[in-house]
Amino acid sequence: MVQFTLPKNSKIRTGKTWPKPSGGNVRKFQIYRWNPDDGQNPRVDTYFVDMDDCGPMVLDALIKIKNEIDPTLTFRRSCREGICGSCAMNIDGINTLACIYGLDEIDGDVKIYPLPHMPVVKDLIPDLTHFYAQHASIMPWLETKTNRPAKEWRQSIEDRKKLDGLYECVMCASCSTACPSYWWNGDRYLGPAALLHAYRWIIDSRDEATGERLDQLEDPFKLYRCHTIMNCAKTCPKGLNPAKAIAEIKKMMVERTI
Amino acid sequence: MAYLTDRKRAVGRGASKTGTGHFWAMKKSSVALLLLIPFFVFTFGSALGGTYEEILAYYSRPWPALIAALTILVGFHHFNMGVQVLIEDYVHGLASKIAILLMTCLSYGAAAVGIFAIAKLAL
Repeated sequence: MVQFTLPKNSKIRTGKTWPKPSGGNVRKFQIYRWNPDDGQNPRVDTYFVDMDDCGPMVLDALIKIKNEIDPTLTFRRSCREGICGSCAMNIDGINTLACIYGLDEIDGDVKIYPLPHMPVVKDLIPDLTHFYAQHASIMPWLETKTNRPAKEWRQSIEDRKKLDGLYECVMCASCSTACPSYWWNGDRYLGPAALLHAYRWIIDSRDEATGERLDQLEDPFKLYRCHTIMNCAKTCPKGLNPAKAIAEIKKMMVERTI
Repeated sequence: MAYLTDRKRAVGRGASKTGTGHFWAMKKSSVALLLLIPFFVFTFGSALGGTYEEILAYYSRPWPALIAALTILVGFHHFNMGVQVLIEDYVHGLASKIAILLMTCLSYGAAAVGIFAIAKLAL
């Protein structure tokens, strides 16, 4: 049965409040902290950041906190421009990328938690091992049986256009971790991100494994746990629509049956 | 905890090659209900408030009786498929199988009672 409450050792308690700097333009940050080594429950620490001396994005504030206030704060980040997908976290109740989410988009205190319903490695870092394995399971590469052409596999401009809105996915896991179906059945349901990638290869005109790809998805849990509530499309920091991609897969499934 | 690779956990027992039938059946029954429910509301509504004799006479006509019977049949079939999805979402393991069995019995049991009542009125 689905668990609607957190287990005892995951209940979040109030953590440390760090000193408030002097100055008028100070903003309050409430950040989830959990250290696997200290045996304590997760806590929410409070930090104050001088916004006159801070960049405009949430990631700028996190880096400032780590550099100047608390070096133990742990989070992933790399490209700082929405390409690598490393800094996905739950900011102000929305799964998004800290590097492209502006602090001016948030009213009041800034609340930052790791991506929901994933095991936490430390602080804001979720364990994405299963998520990545699910992505690998949909064979995210070109599958061909015809002998390799002398030059490249050719594709018309129209067919290439079909991949727009799909290839841009950076696998940040914001969508999958915003999906209740993925929360309750993430062990079997592939989730919006993996299914969007699956569709990207299914409709690739150069790919010759369309039937096998559809076969691998035809399952009440792998595919049909999606009930089109569209949380994935709403939260995607890249503005993509995984729900539409999943609906297109379902349509193809029906069309090859009747 | 078993020593399984991440890939093995993700793939599990593979795809069952089912699900599309259920998905398509639900779409079909949804469209059928979209047509049947307004007819049912109008026929049932016009009989509402009548005396026993009037209702008996009304439902002995083929159109209201067939609409009511079809709505009950398709409605409970759709309900059964929908509740199965609901159970699969929230209940896991043996409890899920038991719940699906019970709800199937309840759905088709209720449909049978409804059809019997309509038949008794109509015939």
